[in-house]
Amino acid sequence: MAEQTFDAIVVGSGISGGWAAKELTEKGLKVLMLERGRNIEHIKDYVNANKEAWDFPHRGRKTQEMIKDYPVLNRDYPLNETNLDYWVNEKESPYTEVKRYDWFRGYHVGGRSLMWGRQSYRWSDFDFEANAKDGIAVDWPVRYKDIAPWYDYVEKFAGISGNRDGLTQLPDGQFLPPMEMTCVEKDASKRLKEYYKGARQMIIGRTANLTVAHEGRTNCQYRNKCWLGCQFGAYFSTQSSTLPAAQKTGNLTLRPWSIVTKILYDKDKKRATGVEVLDAENNQTYVYNAKIIFLNASTFNSSWILMNSATDIWPEGLGSSSGELGHNIMDHHLGVGAGGKVDGYEDKYYYGRRANGIYIPRFRNLFGDKRDYLRGFGYQGGAGREGYRHEVAELSIGGAYKDALTEPGSWTMGIMGFGEIIPDHANKITLDKNKKDKWGLPVLSFDAELKENELKMRKDMQEDAKEMLDAMGVKNINGYDANGIQGRGIHEMGTARMGADPKTSVVNKNNQVWDAPNVFVTDGSFMTSAACVNPSLTYMAFTARAADFAVSELKKQNL
Amino acid sequence: MNRREAISSVTLLLGGTLLGAEAFLAGCKSPAADLSLSFSADDISFLNEVAETILPATSSPGAKEAKVGDFMAVIVKDCYEGKDQTIFKEGMIKLQEACKKSAGKSFMEATPEQRHDLLVALDKEQKEYQDKKKPEDPTHYFRMMKELTLWGYFTSEIGATKALRYVAVPGKYEGCIPYKKGDKAWAT
Repeated sequence: MAEQTFDAIVVGSGISGGWAAKELTEKGLKVLMLERGRNIEHIKDYVNANKEAWDFPHRGRKTQEMIKDYPVLNRDYPLNETNLDYWVNEKESPYTEVKRYDWFRGYHVGGRSLMWGRQSYRWSDFDFEANAKDGIAVDWPVRYKDIAPWYDYVEKFAGISGNRDGLTQLPDGQFLPPMEMTCVEKDASKRLKEYYKGARQMIIGRTANLTVAHEGRTNCQYRNKCWLGCQFGAYFSTQSSTLPAAQKTGNLTLRPWSIVTKILYDKDKKRATGVEVLDAENNQTYVYNAKIIFLNASTFNSSWILMNSATDIWPEGLGSSSGELGHNIMDHHLGVGAGGKVDGYEDKYYYGRRANGIYIPRFRNLFGDKRDYLRGFGYQGGAGREGYRHEVAELSIGGAYKDALTEPGSWTMGIMGFGEIIPDHANKITLDKNKKDKWGLPVLSFDAELKENELKMRKDMQEDAKEMLDAMGVKNINGYDANGIQGRGIHEMGTARMGADPKTSVVNKNNQVWDAPNVFVTDGSFMTSAACVNPSLTYMAFTARAADFAVSELKKQNL
Repeated sequence: MNRREAISSVTLLLGGTLLGAEAFLAGCKSPAADLSLSFSADDISFLNEVAETILPATSSPGAKEAKVGDFMAVIVKDCYEGKDQTIFKEGMIKLQEACKKSAGKSFMEATPEQRHDLLVALDKEQKEYQDKKKPEDPTHYFRMMKELTLWGYFTSEIGATKALRYVAVPGKYEGCIPYKKGDKAWAT
């Protein structure tokens, strides 16, 4: 590659990196986007997108061989043969667990924006004010009014379908038409609202799937195979949305197989000058220079880069002067909820495979409610009819049994909680210099767990689920609490938190690293608290806002 | 498979409708699978006949046409843990022995009625065993066979497209529509 100097470098091409590239190139900057893994081209490389169960050797499930090669991925649903290539090679990229931490990564262009769950909810001031109100960690230096216009901005481009529900704890957005609820969900929502006298609601999920054609992309065809890649471009991903927009400007250079090993820093100018890249294929080192750097390598990897940078000035790395770099790991804890059977509705069904569910927004520790823990949780779930795996009365073998199985079974309904994890300094990553990855780079060591607040919350998450399902008319209710290990939410946040004071935070209110104002961190690592809603939409908003600020600062010659 | 499907499969935990093969889907603790495990052509024919007895040809093809026996062999070989492979292989012998006891002949020689009656009895046996057993006790072999038969048939192209309704690209979503008894379930 001939060009060594760019206006801006974006490290990482996932859900926030793609946005940084789009915003910066659209504002006229020459941008180098670096991705540590391979390229996956929109449509062309979605190799399994049209396959059905019978097209896979093991009907899409996992084999013992896969379990051996992917012991971490095996800990949850992601390990299966339908999209195995979209998940990190664990042998090449190991990590250390002081306490068990489930880390599910996608190292390729697009990152996990290819496989994400697409649920997209705004924060409210209940979330931005939480640390200040609870006297925990540090206050967010922004409020909803600062971010609201950016939620508007990113939703309008990304295409979020949802209903305007008028809830203060879950602000409405710029929505495309909502998807429908099933008959059971419609009636259940009515019952829920009546039972709790309007204090609790069940709404249709807000999802980054298009319900109408949008920005040149086709609307969802309801195949429910999003995580295999969508040839219709019907859900938001780097490939379907931000990358084409960036490429259209002619200002983008995308370089896959590029592992950023450190940010290069000029201690006299107090500015980053560029990055050092280890080519993952040929193991050569390259240097790229830029006026602005956006770190979007995903939460832990962005902090890893900071930890390995400017260590001659700060031994713990660039951004470590506050003592908070690597600390305050958060996620959403889940795997707790309830399910049961719904009587009746035998004459009701649905058409299409909805790539979305229902959502019950947070009601705990709000509006006068006070529990023995802080913060709260929401639920995702849905109601559908059993498929061939249903019991048939009196029959178990033979023709009549088979024919009975070809009809849909009973309705069932289930909901699972997503709970907020409080920032705790003790939950941290450090560099493990004794263990190296495939490229000889030190790996991360994880020391994080659910603490008392989360464990207390989980009791309510299960009991409230059971109580609500009962109120909605669900029978034979079974609750569960299975594995609230940090990381399983795949919403990892923290380690480079935002704050008002350089002594207690890593980045400022514009996502600038205090010690290097031309380095912007806008992936999950900047999060100061976690709320209980899926975080990606918030990363998008902060990224667009930070890019706008970065370019205006550049024009003012402040950077 | 996505997280939302994983949530809904938990709803199947109610009332004992969770069938045997889910055990290996939940993740293994001791992956000592015998990858040299093999099924002979006779083994596959036998498994096809067992599967066909559970899900015979009706107005739609049966399990044999969907090659469920072959499917069962692949899954047991590649996906089952070692201990479950042993249970399955020993189970094939146990089924033969049970057949000799009740019908006086091997499964391959028995009549469709004799096969049917035998499997009804074995299914009753596995249900009672599974209901009473502790979580750490082994799975009943017939539970495995039945689960693999159902899974293997209804996710085969024949099962999905001929016994169920398969629409590759629905194009729209209608959440609340009438259902008429006799209409087939969606395959995917």
